[in-house]
Amino acid sequence: MSNSPVEKIDVQAVNKKENRSLYVSRKKIHPKRAEGTFRRLKWIIMGITLAIYYVSPWIRWDRGPLAPDQAILIDLEHNRFYFFFIELWPQEVYYITGILILAALGLFMVTSLFGRAWCGYSCPQTVWTDLFIVVERAIEGDRNARLKLDKAPMSFSKLMKRVSKHTSWLIIGLLTGGAWIFYFADAPTLIQEVLTGEARSVAYSTIGVLTATTYVFGGLMREQVCTYMCPWPRIQGAMVDEHSLTVTYHTARGEPRGPHKKNDTWDGRGHCIDCNQCVAVCPMGIDIRDGAQLECISCALCIDACDAVMEKVGLPKGLISYDTHIGRVSKEPITKLDVPFIRPRTIAYAVLLTLVGSIMLYALLTRSALDVNVIRDRNPLFVQLSDGTIRNGYTVKILNKVHDVRRFQVTIDGLENAKAWNQSEGPQFEHIVVPVPGDTLSAIKLFIAAPRSELESGSMDITIIVKDLVSGLTEKQSTTFKGPK
Amino acid sequence: MSKVERDEHSGTETTGHEWDGIKELDTPMPRWWLWSFYACIVWSIGYWIVMPAWPLVSDYTRGMLGYSSRALVTEELATVAAGRAEVTKALQETELADVKNNQELYQFAVSGGRSHYAVNCSQCHGSGAQGGPGFPNLNDDDWLWGGKVDEIYATIQYGIRSDHDETRTGEMPAFLKDEILEKGQVNDVTEYVLSLSQEGRDAEAVARGKEVFMNECASCHGENAKGGREFGAPNLTDAIWFYGGDKETVQKTIANGRQNVMPAWADRLDDTVIRQIALYVHSLGGGE
Ligand code: SF4
Ligand code: SF4
Repeated sequence: MSNSPVEKIDVQAVNKKENRSLYVSRKKIHPKRAEGTFRRLKWIIMGITLAIYYVSPWIRWDRGPLAPDQAILIDLEHNRFYFFFIELWPQEVYYITGILILAALGLFMVTSLFGRAWCGYSCPQTVWTDLFIVVERAIEGDRNARLKLDKAPMSFSKLMKRVSKHTSWLIIGLLTGGAWIFYFADAPTLIQEVLTGEARSVAYSTIGVLTATTYVFGGLMREQVCTYMCPWPRIQGAMVDEHSLTVTYHTARGEPRGPHKKNDTWDGRGHCIDCNQCVAVCPMGIDIRDGAQLECISCALCIDACDAVMEKVGLPKGLISYDTHIGRVSKEPITKLDVPFIRPRTIAYAVLLTLVGSIMLYALLTRSALDVNVIRDRNPLFVQLSDGTIRNGYTVKILNKVHDVRRFQVTIDGLENAKAWNQSEGPQFEHIVVPVPGDTLSAIKLFIAAPRSELESGSMDITIIVKDLVSGLTEKQSTTFKGPK
Repeated sequence: MSKVERDEHSGTETTGHEWDGIKELDTPMPRWWLWSFYACIVWSIGYWIVMPAWPLVSDYTRGMLGYSSRALVTEELATVAAGRAEVTKALQETELADVKNNQELYQFAVSGGRSHYAVNCSQCHGSGAQGGPGFPNLNDDDWLWGGKVDEIYATIQYGIRSDHDETRTGEMPAFLKDEILEKGQVNDVTEYVLSLSQEGRDAEAVARGKEVFMNECASCHGENAKGGREFGAPNLTDAIWFYGGDKETVQKTIANGRQNVMPAWADRLDDTVIRQIALYVHSLGGGE
């Protein structure tokens, strides 16, 4: 064993059957730093996602003088959501619902193809935990040094390390919580207010709460969040099947495992040299050789670790690799090309994704800058005037989504000889004109009167047409006109 | 009960109660539970002292804090009134007909008027102000005492045939009951009145009725029967009937007279409230 190129690490998976008990307290995990393809991929994704998060609120977008010029802004005070060229009103939150549905379907699709890829690479919990571990490693050293430090009695240098680690974590937490609030107000203004102590208390309490949660989740709880708090690992089981690519240890190739000395033959034994490198790098503290597990976030760090080992002992890489369940047990691991990416399950997700996506796109493209709602008075249903004409009352709500005042002409279709009133204008023949200020909802009271002779039966279908006098943009709403039977 | 029995498996004392060979263990309360329980007792004693707690024969213990939910409500109402003081003052100082020019004030008046109307007026005039036989519809354009906002305001203030000094009074006499007219004359005048808004009435009766009308009714309803607002006399030529426009009802009106009452609100409601109601009623679509 002494001439083995790879040292065996003393580590045990946290979820081994023999030490599993209902009330066992948490075992601290000190993952060893892995190096390799997937670790590099994780660095890249970490950089991109963090950049998106921190930079997004600072992107400017010119919307004219009356609207905020922040590209992404959730304006709770004025009930608006701005996303680049899109501006959503509260009654359009269904777009948000749509985006959530798309996100869910996308997640289902990715999971059925690649297992918990979201968890391993782009989940905020993973990204920030990774970031926290980077800091920890920089201050306290890698796995062995940290284990030693944990055991060491308290000393000045240990105290200094601990204090600087937690301070750094808290600063990262603060920056995280601090960045979040910029999505809700003009970022350059808000940062000044925050720094000078003039911001609203909700800004400070948000920063406080998010600092605390980032620190606790990313620094202290880490894998406990993924294993015990997050519902997603429980749901994902329904999305993966024997054809999904997950991080897999090839039992048929690896077993029986055992220490291996240089120049020994590989005949009659498996390729796993039982070095435990794969266990030591796992941020979830598990042993992937036990098979697919709830705790595994598919981060592939164990692949990196084992590939390095295989290289050293001169065997082909891929003892642990992304593979399907079928590949795991077969003698010949299936290659990437064999994987049936197109299966009923993925087709179903793809169809749903396209469907919801197209509906949303259609709704977005045909979206009008004018919304009209007509509510008919119900009490009384109609009023008879002294000259015998019948009058009905309506509330017409005109939503002007443009930032300038617009004048609208309200006309009635389907009723001959009708007159219309608005409270500020007397009876007009057939139409009235209402100005609606920019970016506002105006509710006008509309009275429509018609001679009784025009009423064919107790109730007639009519259309109320609202037209922008300048652009000609028109919205129609059908309603009824009622009279005595 | 002198000998304490211990359960041999758990080592816990039993209570001595036994059912079908199963003994009840006397497991102690969890420490945290017990302490919460004691804390609650301490808390409740403190609560008796500082808050109103015990009912007495005709009173209750008031507590050191002197808390009272009624006082709180009164205080809150006062705060609301104080907050509204400015707009109420503006409403008092603005000519009713001009309130419309100040949209904010107008909205305040109309929405306040709507709820005051619902509490005070809807019992007679209906929740939608649609009225009923003998109770005018406030949505239409037919007004007995005038439909300008000032006139509506006066009507609400003083009422009709109310006990207020400035009340408005108009009499519809009981022409048959008081033997002013004969039965036939009542029929004739009914025919005449109906002929004003309906075609195909009995021409001879109409002619006779017109004469009766000129003598007896024109003084209030006017020679052209278009009504008279100084007496609250309805316009008889339009399509709106106060009590009903069929022959039997009109005849009954002429024979027995009508005297409905509208209470005077000046003594019961705040003047601001009356102004609000007047503006609300005016806004229903028939205001002049
Ligand atoms: S077993 Fe491998 S893929 Fe799964 S969490 Fe651990 S290191 Fe990541
Ligand atoms: S699977 Fe690879 S890394 Fe893990 S113990 Fe075996 S050889 Fe070592």
